Amino acid sequence: MNDPLILGVESSCDETGVAFVRGNTLLGDVVASSVDQHARFGGVVPEVASRAHLEALLPTIKRACAEAGHSLRDVDAIAVTSGPGLAGALMVGVASAKALAWALDKPLYGVNHLAAHVCADVLDHGPLPEPTAALLVSGGHTNLLLVRDIASDVVELGGTIDDAAGEAFDKVARVLELPYPGGPHIERAAEDGDPNAIRFPRGLTSRKDLERHRFDYSFSGLKTAVVRWVQERQAAGEPVPVADVAASFNEAVADVLTRKAIDACQEYGVGDLQIGGGVTANRRLRAMAQERCDAAGISLRVPRVRLCTDNGAMVAALGSQMVQRGLEPSSLDLPADSSMPVSQTKAS
Amino acid sequence: MLLLALDTATSAVTVALHDGDHVVAEESLVDSRRHAETLTPMISSVVAAAGKSPVDLTAIAVGVGPGPFTGLRVGLATAGTLGLALDIPVHGVCSLDALAYAVARADTPPADFVVAADARRKEVYWARYRTTGESVERTSGMPQVSRPEELPEEIRSLPAAGRGPTLYPEFFAAALSPLDVPAGALASYAVRELAAGRDLLPLQPLYLRQPDAKPATAQKSVLPR
Ligand SMILES: [Zn+2]
Repeated sequence: MNDPLILGVESSCDETGVAFVRGNTLLGDVVASSVDQHARFGGVVPEVASRAHLEALLPTIKRACAEAGHSLRDVDAIAVTSGPGLAGALMVGVASAKALAWALDKPLYGVNHLAAHVCADVLDHGPLPEPTAALLVSGGHTNLLLVRDIASDVVELGGTIDDAAGEAFDKVARVLELPYPGGPHIERAAEDGDPNAIRFPRGLTSRKDLERHRFDYSFSGLKTAVVRWVQERQAAGEPVPVADVAASFNEAVADVLTRKAIDACQEYGVGDLQIGGGVTANRRLRAMAQERCDAAGISLRVPRVRLCTDNGAMVAALGSQMVQRGLEPSSLDLPADSSMPVSQTKAS
Repeated sequence: MLLLALDTATSAVTVALHDGDHVVAEESLVDSRRHAETLTPMISSVVAAAGKSPVDLTAIAVGVGPGPFTGLRVGLATAGTLGLALDIPVHGVCSLDALAYAVARADTPPADFVVAADARRKEVYWARYRTTGESVERTSGMPQVSRPEELPEEIRSLPAAGRGPTLYPEFFAAALSPLDVPAGALASYAVRELAAGRDLLPLQPLYLRQPDAKPATAQKSVLPR
């Protein structure tokens, strides 16, 4: 017998994603992004994102069906991101998924977006070892998680106390007069720079901070340090060495992200680290994570970049895990929960 | 025929079922913050109350606003997805027209009146209507969004349905019911227009406002002055 066919719907930020997954196999995955519409605002504008979701919704579902070679009637269960994320954006996907579940008379699973990011990895590398430590880094999140069961037992070890890592890239890009989104542009600028040219601060790594925030992150101080460094050069009438600033900033981010992730693996005796989220596209982060994992005897799992950014595939993948484990579906009155805690993998 | 009507452009989540002759089931709940939670369960309950199932539906009519955006999108996303999943047509109806139609179907409707719905930010979405036989005609063109104190005098002097006169009584002559769209009226209006061979609206929200966002500005100085 075939594994059940799961349709996943994602709309928590600026990507509308719809995908089909059977077991751990991705069958069709379509993402419509509104990122270009946010560029001139220097960040995601919730109302712009919500409008784009509604516009993209039906075409994205149709394209996912065509790509997977399935009709909606073939679906055995629906999974949707019920949180966390932008409330108005989440509601578009949640409303649509509920309509699908009712019209097709199939169970609905409201899933946690952060757990879904971690779960994307099963589509590339098969079942997750349990426990696994997971580091999520994107424009919206920076979280360090302990995953004991991806469908039902995820614990947050730490997270950012201010900006997400991706936001720091966007803000630093602005100071360096590089375009939005900042990540890829900073990385390109950093290629010609010296990562050790400037010693920017590593947030929450002093001994005192480690007592209270051992696995938490902070990027706002780093961002301010970069801004100050650049403005001081400008005020003195000196040229700004963009490549060195970009490389040194990139180094600081990768260093603090991986350092705390490895520390968490060692503290909890976990032999596997999984990294997800859009910032995973950053090559310095991946390379440093690989070096440090190798040195610490930890095996590193990173899915292909396409699965690291927001998409319907990760949502369908987590729904599939829930169906495989026989978990109760969510109810049709599940809310869009913008602050859904990661400990809640599934909406009731 | 079996037409499912729904609207989320006003404070009510409202759903009705129309068999071509009558409204056979209808439910509404006034809770402007929970549209996403309550709409599909309400559809399920209305269809079940009529002894029907999803596959019995032959068409959908949905209020396309104007109305507060987040709730409005819940209705459109739901209606559009149902149409796709059940492979049936989805028709848009201006939510103010549906509200006006409910006014016109009352026992002694006024000849001329206004629908003024809550647009938040101290504004109303409004349009002027004339009662024609058993239906209504919009006589002010496309719906508009204005501060109530900036409405033309000839609009303010007319009786007004919707939440506008309840929220801003000092700017309206008299309040009419209903306050929110009733899906039964929306269903009857849609059935009547379709039977008369008139096209309804595409499945596109009537926002009437641009998103409120400012382009990024230069980084402020962090250096001491
Ligand atoms: Zn995400």
